[in-house]
Amino acid sequence: MRQLGFLVGWLVKALVVVLAITILNFLLIRLAPGDPAIVMAGEAGAADERFLAQIRSDFGLDRPLLVQLGIYLKNVLTLDLGQSYRNQRAVVDMLFERLPATLLLTGSAYLFALVFGPLLGAIAAMKARTVYDSALMVVALFFYATPIFWVGLLLILVFSVQLGWLPPFGMQSLIPVEGTLARTLDILRHLILPAVTLGLFYVAVYVRLTRASMLETATLDYVKTARAKGLPEWRVATAHILRTALLPIITFAGLQAGHLVGGAIVVETVFAWPGIGRLAFDALFQRDYNLLLGVFLLSALMVVFFNMVTDILLRVADPRIGSRA
Amino acid sequence: MNAITTTQPLVSIEGLTIGLPFGGDRARAVDAIDLSVHRGRVLCVVGESGSGKSMTAHAIMGLVPRPLKVDGMIRYGGENLVGMPAARHRRIRGSRIGMVFQEPMAALNPVMKVGKQIEEVFRFHGVPGPHDARIVALLEQMGLPEPELLRHAYPFRLSGGQRQRVMIAMALALDPDLLIADEPTTALDVTTQKQILALLKTAQAERDMAIVLITHDFGVVAEIGDEVAVMQHGRIVERGLVSEVLGNPQHDYTRTLLAAVPRLEPNPSTKPAGAETLLSADRVTKVYASRSGFFGPRREVPAVTDATLSLARGETLGIVGESGSGKSTLARIIVRLLTADSGEVRLAGVERNLLELGHRELAPLRRRVQMVFQDPFASLNPRRTVFEIVAQGLLAHGTGRREARRRVEELLDLVALDPAVADRYPNAFSGGQRQRIGIARALALEPDLIVADEPVSALDVSIQARVLKLFSDIQHRLGIGLLFITHDLRVAAQVCDCVAVMQRGRIVEMGTSEQVLFEPRHDYTQLLIDSIPGRGMLSAHTGSRAK
Repeated sequence: MRQLGFLVGWLVKALVVVLAITILNFLLIRLAPGDPAIVMAGEAGAADERFLAQIRSDFGLDRPLLVQLGIYLKNVLTLDLGQSYRNQRAVVDMLFERLPATLLLTGSAYLFALVFGPLLGAIAAMKARTVYDSALMVVALFFYATPIFWVGLLLILVFSVQLGWLPPFGMQSLIPVEGTLARTLDILRHLILPAVTLGLFYVAVYVRLTRASMLETATLDYVKTARAKGLPEWRVATAHILRTALLPIITFAGLQAGHLVGGAIVVETVFAWPGIGRLAFDALFQRDYNLLLGVFLLSALMVVFFNMVTDILLRVADPRIGSRA
Repeated sequence: MNAITTTQPLVSIEGLTIGLPFGGDRARAVDAIDLSVHRGRVLCVVGESGSGKSMTAHAIMGLVPRPLKVDGMIRYGGENLVGMPAARHRRIRGSRIGMVFQEPMAALNPVMKVGKQIEEVFRFHGVPGPHDARIVALLEQMGLPEPELLRHAYPFRLSGGQRQRVMIAMALALDPDLLIADEPTTALDVTTQKQILALLKTAQAERDMAIVLITHDFGVVAEIGDEVAVMQHGRIVERGLVSEVLGNPQHDYTRTLLAAVPRLEPNPSTKPAGAETLLSADRVTKVYASRSGFFGPRREVPAVTDATLSLARGETLGIVGESGSGKSTLARIIVRLLTADSGEVRLAGVERNLLELGHRELAPLRRRVQMVFQDPFASLNPRRTVFEIVAQGLLAHGTGRREARRRVEELLDLVALDPAVADRYPNAFSGGQRQRIGIARALALEPDLIVADEPVSALDVSIQARVLKLFSDIQHRLGIGLLFITHDLRVAAQVCDCVAVMQRGRIVEMGTSEQVLFEPRHDYTQLLIDSIPGRGMLSAHTGSRAK
């Protein structure tokens, strides 16, 4: 009953949030300077008033703002995100076409970070104030402080240009490879550099977070109790320190998971990765309102969804949450 | 039992020294101490915070934090525990020597079920499983209800006393030779404290175990100890049988500590006769309602029910009760930090019921009622200087900066702090000094009424005594009304003219301190009085300390 109540309550909240974000995005984007009709007319090479008016009426841009909003919301409810002004294609189709590439990239980076971040952070905490700890922290700080595009360019320079081990851009070789296995391997080879670039930044964040959280937890009374019970140090570290130290990491990982769709714009641009980030980047410059709104909506949905997953995970990890003493 | 045993001690400490890092307040936390404890006996180590008593216990356990250096001998079972390889020490820890800590709230892992936390002891000391039956039996021995269910509960579901019982169960799981209890009852209510002390005593008798009990409370020593060692600045200044040390203390420091223990003694009321009523509360009621989950059922917990009391100018009214009795809720309602559901609170000079005033009408009255909080560490903003903290109210009410400065220095002088400290930050002060700053802050606006919520319960006894004296001095000088919330009857006896005893949200008894504390009419009051640790012994020696 309590779980059901939690779920229903959560769904109501999620709907309100998504609706609010959709409306806000719709209004904000129209407040921004620039007019899609002018961009399109400019590219068509015919910028006279009649042509502009024609474009505006074709896309419904001549109607009052609130009417446009109403139509948009009604369409969104039926999963119709409209047509891309520029590509003349359904926004939904374009998003789903690009989504796998983005999820592959951000998902791999995320997994990479979730494995190595807490692991290295735990090592740093257990070896706190030693050479290992200092070295780890310096390296983490380096990747945290260096702009992602710069790390990407450096990796390309070393591993593609100098050593020639890995392809510098794209998701597949220009000349298509035959066979499923060969194609998979080809994609994986293309994936390594962008995923590591993005992942290194995340790893740096998790290392620092885990270390700080574990050091703080290690001073708590129940850790002393665990030692007083005569537990071996590894058991104290895993069952008593890490377990509770992970709570803030789960929270942070949940927040980050929500940004898997939109968070890779820079890396996708540097590595010419055909994902959603790239799509959003182009849509922005072309004032492609519908496409941009589609990307925003998708990323809002992701954020809201992963927030729920985080809430549930936290409830599992920490029995105090969601119950009353 | 009363002669010091001549057989081989179970643990003997010789020349134990623990160095402090450079820059500490002294070079050594523990300075060449000798101690021993025999099977079947309780050794109490007494001292104020920072005296090195906990550090000594940690040294026996091998849990002294790494940079600190431990020297000397701790003999146990023919071996020296100092410098013993970590793996070997670990096997003794938790099996042969168990330890219980002060804060049962914090000492159990919040995200692990209590049964599992006990099971770890068996598992990691090589006791073959399954352990379920043993765990249930242990919990039962500790007097915990429904052990079968309780072992699947998380610590936050348990009361403070229950958690401490779980801690003790964990420490006793493998029938150790020695139990070290570091302030095991300091965080507990007086009735729970009595039960826990009794539990320790029984467990000891059943197992013929030795106990080293660390405490700052001579009441506890009198209640449970066989021998006592008094520590000051890392040294043992006096040791001997409890009856001897309490009856005939040799060292000045021991005498000071003993004198500081608040006693249940009649406090001649200094209440000015015929003083005008300053504050009155009539049938104040507050119910906490909560909902579990989005559609869960509404639960109602009555926090305060029909509380009626009155306080005259220059009078001190104590509200006494255990945690959860509603005493803090009532205090917070009176200062309007909480809203009541019904009832009336009247302040002299105000026509209307205080509980019905809006925020704007309340604002000018706020300066007349001030509060002093329990935790002197949490209640002062660490990023503001003492001057800023004390002067905040003055400046907010329009006093000029120069005038505020003068006033702050006056106030610091009043609470016996050097006015020159006004520009320092709270971290430069000890707990007792911080509480003085808190009192200066409360006095800054010349209030008519001060509500003090457990103002001394976080302080050592000797410091307690000084802060209590400060309270009564200031009150006599300024003639303010004082509403004094405490769980400690002895403290109430020292400062209060009148006492109201609260139980489960209701005031069950109210009257002058002498009436309530020496001729109690309500069973609950009697129970609280009976639970005061070491009552008989300490009062028997009252005469000897009064020299």
